[in-house]
Amino acid sequence: MIMPINYILPEFEVERSDYRCIRCRVCERQCANGVHRYDADGDIMLSDEFQCVDCQRCVCLCPTHALKIRKNENELRENANWKQNTILEIYKQANTGGVLLSSMGNPEPFPVYWDKILINASQVTNPSIDPLREPMETRVFLGKKPHDIERDVNGNINTELPPQVELQIPVMFSAMSYGSISYNAHQSLATAAEALGICYNTGEGGLHEDFYQYGKNTIVQVASGRFGVYKDYLEAGAAIEIKMGQGAKPGIGGHLPGTKVGADVSKTRMIPEGSDAISPAPHHDIYSIEDLRQLVFSLKEATDYKKPVIVKVAAVHNIAAIASGIARSGADIIAIDGFRGGTGAAPTRIRDNVGIPIELALAAVDKRLRDEGIRQNVSLVVGGSVRSASDVIKAIALGADACYIATSALLALGCHLCRTCQSGKCNWGIATQDPELVKRLNPETGKERLVNLLTAWKHEIKEMMGLMGINSIEALRGNRLMLRGVGLNEKELEILGISHAGE
Amino acid sequence: MKYVIIGNGPAAVSCIDGIRSVDAEGSITVVSKEAHPAYFRPLISYYLEGKSKEDNIYCRPENFYQKKHVETVLGEAVAIDTNNKIVALSGGENIPYDRLCICSGSSPFVPPMKGLDTLEKQFTFLTIDDSFALEQAVDKDSRVLIIGAGLIGLKCAEGLRDRVKQVTVCDLAPRVLSSILDDECAAVVQEHLESCGITFALANTADHFDGSTAYMKDGSEIEFDVLVLALGVRPNIGFFKDAGGECNRAIIVNNDMKTSIDGIFAAGDCVEQEDITFGNKRIMALLPNANIGGYTAGVNMAGGEQQFDNALPMNSIGFWGLHIMTAGTYANDGNAQMIEEKGEKSIKRFFVKENKLIGFILIGDVKSAGIYTNLVRSQADISAFDFDALIKNPNLLPFGEIYRRKTLRGVV
Amino acid sequence: MKRVYVNEEWCLGCHLCEYNCAYSNSGIKDMVKALKGKTITPRIHVEDGGKIHYAVSCRHCEDPLCIKGCISGALTKDENGVVTIDHDKCVGCLTCMLLCPYGCITTDENETVLKCELCIKNGGIPACVQGCPNRAIIFEEAEE
Repeated sequence: MIMPINYILPEFEVERSDYRCIRCRVCERQCANGVHRYDADGDIMLSDEFQCVDCQRCVCLCPTHALKIRKNENELRENANWKQNTILEIYKQANTGGVLLSSMGNPEPFPVYWDKILINASQVTNPSIDPLREPMETRVFLGKKPHDIERDVNGNINTELPPQVELQIPVMFSAMSYGSISYNAHQSLATAAEALGICYNTGEGGLHEDFYQYGKNTIVQVASGRFGVYKDYLEAGAAIEIKMGQGAKPGIGGHLPGTKVGADVSKTRMIPEGSDAISPAPHHDIYSIEDLRQLVFSLKEATDYKKPVIVKVAAVHNIAAIASGIARSGADIIAIDGFRGGTGAAPTRIRDNVGIPIELALAAVDKRLRDEGIRQNVSLVVGGSVRSASDVIKAIALGADACYIATSALLALGCHLCRTCQSGKCNWGIATQDPELVKRLNPETGKERLVNLLTAWKHEIKEMMGLMGINSIEALRGNRLMLRGVGLNEKELEILGISHAGE
Repeated sequence: MKYVIIGNGPAAVSCIDGIRSVDAEGSITVVSKEAHPAYFRPLISYYLEGKSKEDNIYCRPENFYQKKHVETVLGEAVAIDTNNKIVALSGGENIPYDRLCICSGSSPFVPPMKGLDTLEKQFTFLTIDDSFALEQAVDKDSRVLIIGAGLIGLKCAEGLRDRVKQVTVCDLAPRVLSSILDDECAAVVQEHLESCGITFALANTADHFDGSTAYMKDGSEIEFDVLVLALGVRPNIGFFKDAGGECNRAIIVNNDMKTSIDGIFAAGDCVEQEDITFGNKRIMALLPNANIGGYTAGVNMAGGEQQFDNALPMNSIGFWGLHIMTAGTYANDGNAQMIEEKGEKSIKRFFVKENKLIGFILIGDVKSAGIYTNLVRSQADISAFDFDALIKNPNLLPFGEIYRRKTLRGVV
Repeated sequence: MKRVYVNEEWCLGCHLCEYNCAYSNSGIKDMVKALKGKTITPRIHVEDGGKIHYAVSCRHCEDPLCIKGCISGALTKDENGVVTIDHDKCVGCLTCMLLCPYGCITTDENETVLKCELCIKNGGIPACVQGCPNRAIIFEEAEE
């Protein structure tokens, strides 16, 4: 095919070792983008590099390791201001007149505060704990906690708590809708959450009828589009999450194109087949904390006050004040999503320029709620690029009750972060509704890999708690003395509420 | 219980296995005129060709008879006294039985031909001893004349080619493999065999011999050193016929492998049984049928219950890379519809009657042929699936997911 | 006994199993050396019909017709129930191919019969199972 001259070059080059290539054509069969092609006349494999998104499917499946995908090393005459990618984006927009779309999280080199925070360890005076010998509590309960110990007329402690979500480890799979990800991806998440004793989140796409059985490990989301929301749905989950915003694209809504709304998605979302599923930017009934309170209590009323209600917001500039309002709205849990959080599709400009880092948002919110004496009103769940057990430890020490992970979970399922979810041609069977591609993710394998990942994290969390001399998540939460900053300025340290290393 | 088996080929050893699957105790006596343990008869040509070693031709391990507690007797059955249940052997020995299984096979048919007695080196080709003898009789300079272009004659030609100077095959029929192939298919096979160095004299045969010369029917003469007579076989059933047993060309058996005489069973090349593709009884002298028939007979003799109710004729034969497979009924059923699929070097012919595949001929392209055989054997209704696709490419696709789940996910 | 089972639901039609099979049975240590420039003759084959894909290999039948029909005694069932082929005995008559209802028997250029022997002669864990990227091919005891 002749490509028009539009100044866009292939982003990647397929490097095929002809010595190694045995012409098995697995790459050809497995590339949904149509990059590889066998030419019988020349007995040679050809590549259409324009189509390559560097998803690494072919690289992983090539039995003789004959393939490498490399960045196209062609160099535009860039400078510190006009970087190659900046120039290419101008070309793309000049070619199409369209909004640039991308997916997954913010890839720009903003500071990752997790990597500038170090964890303390016990030496001599406050002995460390060996998690292989001593019990180590990783269980957490999310929900409103009482301010004081209350006693009845007989002097007995009132042990009744508002509804809680019990997690065996302080990690949950965050919201990814059925539609944005596949049935098999959802099944992997649901079954893994059940096996791990944690929760996954339906996202705003409703709950497929097959997955109601995992209800006690499900958080059901109510978003601005209200897709799939009805009484049974609300009652199915362990908690209900009101999605106000998302870290990857704060302040805007969502758009699942009609092509992805097949029979199953249509039924689950309760919208006509083939219709675009548009989530409005705001909830049209929420313009104030009081409005939010109404929705919170509507949902509680509908579920007999048995389900904790989560309010999820994106981390934005005045997040502390927003969280303070939410904590007073009757919500039981606040989920905050940082600007590095992923998405199935977002305008590139928004993904890359809107929101704030979750570390700063978390520290600010935790401090504000404590200062106002309302920290007990809510649990805090943070997400937006929690990449490892040490990120979890740092988040908890900064004041979180639990973390949401999604990108890490997708990676465990095989995602290679090619960041083209929006194309719907996910070669790993995750961000697609094409049955041929969806079947590439065997949920049995998916579940196993997710369980492995979080089992490993659990071991690491226990080890790190042990070395700090701490034996429960409860005792670590908000324990900022366990953290020190490296290479951070005074203001950053002040917001994070931690000292610099050496102090 | 006293079991006696006449004959010691694949049917006989399968019969032993069948008996022992039910009855571990009863005595088993095997009577054979060949002084070898049961061997795979089709291997005699591969032995000549060098593909089979002498040690490798036997049906069962060396200690088989001992392990199964079988007594072996060398001798030829000549009569059955059905009243007293006694088998009489040529040596005068009498062997009493409670249950008898006749697996006596067949013998080469040699018509009277003038001048045969003048030939020094003449052989039939049915036993391993024939093969040993031929091996001794030929050398690099031998010119071999084979009379009979059927399965036996042609396999003999293949076995001998590299050992001798020249192989000529003649047959009164105008084509090779006349019993299993039609003219067009036979021509493909003949051409291939000729390209491999075999000379043919068809629609022509030796009228009489004199020393090293065969005087042919058409008046020509063929010089030769070694003569092989491969004109067909006749079942060894005389003693059974004499005892009043029901025979046609061979011993008639039902699906239990029972003969018309109480207590007497039969299996292998000496029986005629129901051909499911033909709807009638016929001889299907083929190894799979001998194995299954023998085993079935054995089980039933020992009081078990087994049926062999899906016998059909089939052949798989190859000559220097060209494979020919046939199954079921084809040439002799004028009511069948023929569906043909031709490739560059292949012919596939399918014969369909009343929505059932009743037979086929495959030449050259024999890949996954068992899928076709299974259709013939199971008498499946082929209108229920895409038979056209199957003709081009035999696979499990047209049978649907349920069938595949059963066969690929379950134990079959 | 453990058999190789194929789950059509998860078979992607990538055909990797065929190459892993051919490599594993080649006796050559390097896959490139074993398969480069060769027409492979795997003992498992993938059948593709549009969106349907599934791999087929010997079912190791309870009562195998191939063994009943073998004219040379080359095909036998071992003590574990695995249908094995003795290449010294096989004469390439292909009667087994004519009999196998599942089309699981094939040949190579040397005209001897090739069939799945569950990799008992090369390591014990079937190569097709080990290399399947989607766990569509599994090696386990029968379901029921």
